[in-house]
Amino acid sequence: MILVLCEATTTEEGDEVLAVPSRQALTLARDLPGASAGVAAVVVDDGEVDVDEVAEDAGRYGAELVYSLEHDLFARYGPETWGTALVAAISEAGATVVVAAGTDRGGEVLAHAAARLDLPLVANVTEVRSDGEAWDLERVRWGGSLLESARLESDCKLVSMLPHAVDAVALDEPEEPELVEFEVELDESLARSCVVDEVVTSTGMSLATAPVVVGGGRGVGSAEGFAQLEQLARLLGGAVGCSRVATNNGWRPHRDQVGQTGTAIAPTVYIACGISGAIQHWSGARSAKHVLAINTDPEANMVQKANWAVIGDLHQFVPALVEAIRARLRSPSTPLRSTHASHVVPQSSPARPRGGRHRAGGHRPTGRALRRRRAHRHGSRGGRRRHR
Amino acid sequence: MRILVCVKRVPIPGARIPVTADGMAVDDALLGHTMSPHEECAVEGAVQLVEAHGGESVVLTLGSADADEQLRYAVSMGVDKGVLVETDGGDWDPQRTATALVAAIRTLEDEGGPFDLVLFGNESADAGGFQVGIRVATALGRPIVQGIKDVEFGGEVADGSVRVQRPTGSASERYELPLPACLGVREGLNLPRYPTMRGRLQARRAEVASTAAHDVGPGGQSLLALQSPPEQVSTTEIVGAGPEGVDRVIEVLTELKVLS
Repeated sequence: MILVLCEATTTEEGDEVLAVPSRQALTLARDLPGASAGVAAVVVDDGEVDVDEVAEDAGRYGAELVYSLEHDLFARYGPETWGTALVAAISEAGATVVVAAGTDRGGEVLAHAAARLDLPLVANVTEVRSDGEAWDLERVRWGGSLLESARLESDCKLVSMLPHAVDAVALDEPEEPELVEFEVELDESLARSCVVDEVVTSTGMSLATAPVVVGGGRGVGSAEGFAQLEQLARLLGGAVGCSRVATNNGWRPHRDQVGQTGTAIAPTVYIACGISGAIQHWSGARSAKHVLAINTDPEANMVQKANWAVIGDLHQFVPALVEAIRARLRSPSTPLRSTHASHVVPQSSPARPRGGRHRAGGHRPTGRALRRRRAHRHGSRGGRRRHR
Repeated sequence: MRILVCVKRVPIPGARIPVTADGMAVDDALLGHTMSPHEECAVEGAVQLVEAHGGESVVLTLGSADADEQLRYAVSMGVDKGVLVETDGGDWDPQRTATALVAAIRTLEDEGGPFDLVLFGNESADAGGFQVGIRVATALGRPIVQGIKDVEFGGEVADGSVRVQRPTGSASERYELPLPACLGVREGLNLPRYPTMRGRLQARRAEVASTAAHDVGPGGQSLLALQSPPEQVSTTEIVGAGPEGVDRVIEVLTELKVLS
């Protein structure tokens, strides 16, 4: 039996589903050696999660069985209580493989289980290559800047999966998993490491899941310089990130830092403004589907990695882009060029034909843009600046 | 207040990370070395807590004799003592590392009294196993929370607890752990200081204790080979910096459906 530790989340529509990394972990698990003996999802019932809905979603991604772990202490997250509960579930299920997504909680809870069982745990696995007694697998070091082939020898194999290493793929014919409510016995003293309370620090979009990230680095030059990046992010329904230089200079709070020691992002597009693209930064941005770099230095690492690059001053380009997007959102049917009527448009040499296909985007129903804008009127940053 | 910080010596990579010919290690012959960034914040945190509450801070590392450099750097930042738990410098798996650390910590506590707080980096910069601190804390029977970016004894010293916070995207979770406790801290906890000239001179003369690591042999995870990731092939389209570039970017954003 393969156990997959799953985390639930609530969609904008209010549906209870598995978090994307958990869906990815289930997708990986159902192809692992030993999957023929069954794949079970493990969900910790914190009293708020709708276990039935989550179990249904787990079935879509391959779970034949769902364990819902029950205890009064689970109302508040605690690495020790959840880790101990996972140990109980492993024993109950007779699991030979345990998978968790390598998220903050997933990786932490799995490590607590590994420590309690004194079993090896391979973190941030991207692929399992062999199916003998011992597994050969691929994992990442240095936040993804170095790949490691590793061997795992253990009767019960514990692996955390690098988020986004595989895409979440639903089954064509979903499983209808059996739901097992499992009362866990806990040493009450483990409440010592449960969350006491939670403070909302930002009502804006989460960097890790934002579909667009506008990042700023040394080239932004100041805290004030980020205002234009904020505007751009807001218009695109995205979040602002930054490089280590920006946090070290106190321009941005550390929670905005993208990189190996900061947040790993996976947006549809990463707009990197004035960021050179050092390896430590890139390891947090490598899961971006597309990269647009804005940089004065054509040799910058970020420019080399980008799909599109603007070689120029972000302080001129970003405000112009913001203005053009605003004009477009005001009157979506406006043809592209008219926003620059006052400019003399140079004959761009390899001019791409701007046919109806591109302009057609502007004629689309405007509901999406309007809804997005409305959503972000409330999305102002409410965070406190860290006192240094 | 007695605080221990566990650090790891790691190379400082350039644009890419070179691997030795046999693929079993990072070729660090031409690279400088440092401690993992999370741990530098842990060191700074320990120094600040001792400055505020009194007591003693100790830095410990498991590694080759070369790791003396990182211990002395921590001392130059204001840590009182350094302890090297010496190995042959090979790649130790997390179980083996944790077992040796637990033995070393027990010895230090037998000699100098218990540590109120043992600090780890959230994960090492190189191997990134995300577990050594948790294994050590579990073996010592102490609570640990990872991802900490705020540590405070505040007025709670009397009842022996530490108040910590960890950010979770849009919120911050608060924990209050009874002492003795362990923490996995993240970069952003503070801004580590640059050592003063005086600190550097003191560190050069400071006594760094050295002891052989208690070695139980390899655990169940072993390294087979290291490899650089394939170069991401991307043909970069250079977009003009003027108005035509703005148009092209809008076109791209529309194609990507992030702009309607």
